Amino acid sequence: MTRALWLVRRILLGTIGVLVLVGVWEAYKALGPANGVVIHGNTVLPRTTDLAMPHVWEMFSKFSDPVNSFAGTDTVGSVVWSACLFTLKLSAIGWAIGVVVGAVLAVLMARFRLAESAMLPWIVLSQTVPLIAIAPLVRRWGSQIHVGSWVWSSENSVSVIAAYLAFFPVAVGALRGLRSPDATHLDLMHAYGVGWWRTLFTLRLPSSVPYLLPALRLAAASSVIGTVVAEVSIGLRGGVGRLIIEYAQSAGGDPAKPWAPIFGAVAVGLVAAGAVGVIGLLCRPYRRGEAA
Amino acid sequence: MSATTSDTSTDTATDIGNAVEVSGVSRVFPRRRADDVIALEGVDLTVAEGEFVSLIGPSGCGKSTLLRIIADLDTPSSGSLTVFGKSARQARLDQDYGIAFQQAGLLPWRSVADNVALPLELHGTGSRARKDRVGELLDLVGLSDFARAHPDELSGGMQQRVAIARALAESPRLLLMDEPFGALDEITRERMQGELVRICAETGAAVVFVTHSIPEAVFLSDRVVVMTPRPGRIIDIVDSGPGDQGRRDDDFRDAAGFFHTVARVRELLHGGPGANAIAAARGVENR
Repeated sequence: MTRALWLVRRILLGTIGVLVLVGVWEAYKALGPANGVVIHGNTVLPRTTDLAMPHVWEMFSKFSDPVNSFAGTDTVGSVVWSACLFTLKLSAIGWAIGVVVGAVLAVLMARFRLAESAMLPWIVLSQTVPLIAIAPLVRRWGSQIHVGSWVWSSENSVSVIAAYLAFFPVAVGALRGLRSPDATHLDLMHAYGVGWWRTLFTLRLPSSVPYLLPALRLAAASSVIGTVVAEVSIGLRGGVGRLIIEYAQSAGGDPAKPWAPIFGAVAVGLVAAGAVGVIGLLCRPYRRGEAA
Repeated sequence: MSATTSDTSTDTATDIGNAVEVSGVSRVFPRRRADDVIALEGVDLTVAEGEFVSLIGPSGCGKSTLLRIIADLDTPSSGSLTVFGKSARQARLDQDYGIAFQQAGLLPWRSVADNVALPLELHGTGSRARKDRVGELLDLVGLSDFARAHPDELSGGMQQRVAIARALAESPRLLLMDEPFGALDEITRERMQGELVRICAETGAAVVFVTHSIPEAVFLSDRVVVMTPRPGRIIDIVDSGPGDQGRRDDDFRDAAGFFHTVARVRELLHGGPGANAIAAARGVENR
């Protein structure tokens, strides 16, 4: 199959996937019972009223509506757009911190068995702590930090919380990757009389790329989720997280409106995953032998 | 230097002329809750410069362990060895040997040329000199047209030739090869053996060659070292080769001397007396 054809196919399949989702939503809304599907008093499927399930086109038309009834206000679309950029920026910073921290931990664990035994259980345990529990803590601790004229802001707290989620897949994935070289390759490096650090850059890092890329993508998704949740639990204005809460409060009168920032959050996630895809393209030489 | 290798370079003068001298080397792998595994026991072996020596024996006879000890990828539990009159460790650090394994062990993200250049790069050879040397080596193994290809685009035999070129990159006087043709089909294998004979003649390097193919060992070697397992020991060393007049080519494979040596090695491996020799000679196609 030619490359162009392959691309067209991919785009077509992606579009079909979205259309199927829209179709299912609208079909259920048109055909489902108004009070939803209730079995033994439990609601299994939602109500199909306009309040519970607005039409898809209404959700999208919201983007061009003004935010409120005052004259001259911005459209929902432009507000969501700037909130997305804000959230994307914070999650990108969180991702970067998480990747650096995760990679450093992985190198330490790969170098020293003791470090692995000491740290790996804690790294796993760290992910079982609920994010909303640590968010206020991070903000409180952070607020006591000021170096010279620089003062810790709530934005910094949000990025750190995003990093807290993002570092985990990187640490685990990179550790596996750094351990992945064949015994033959390691023997060869030893025969060349090359030290551990030189081996790290010549052999271990390049051969960890196939493990690292999925980890980076997972970290990107995690950091977006972390950012949105942290924005909500810290109460930081300006991002998608806060907007979701804000618009949800107007859901009674305007049921399509809360969907606008939700789509925004989805878009941020897609952009983040796409950015990692670009990294994957740059690393293509190191992905030879991966099933193409 | 490891405490277990008691070798020193005190009597360097007597060592000149020998690539490898192994005396009384044993290697024991301790096991918990089980008897220790004696991989090698009391091994003595000398490999002269430019000599081709094969180590042959069934699995577990310690032939790979011996090779790894010479390469300083493993250390002996007792005994001593020198490589070009130095400790194995010093010889490794001085890059006195080139090494090739059963798996070609090429780095998949590097082109053929970059794989061959790897040891030169790691040891700080300038880029101009590196390029010239890689060109020579690829000519030597007949892969000049594939310099920019990547390992996944090559057949197993071609990958192994790249690995040999890489092993020869720093013009070592000793080549250590651990079943380098073990994963190749018989036809490719015979062609590679021919190539190796030619390459050795051109470079004049001594070779220690681990194999479990009797015809391969007999075809390639000046001497075949026959080993037995549990514990790994040398039971005999058999002289091989086409004699003064002959050459190591396909005629040698059909020569009476070749079959005779194969029979002799087989007899030693099976531990039987001469009665097995004729039957053994008929079965040379077996590895």
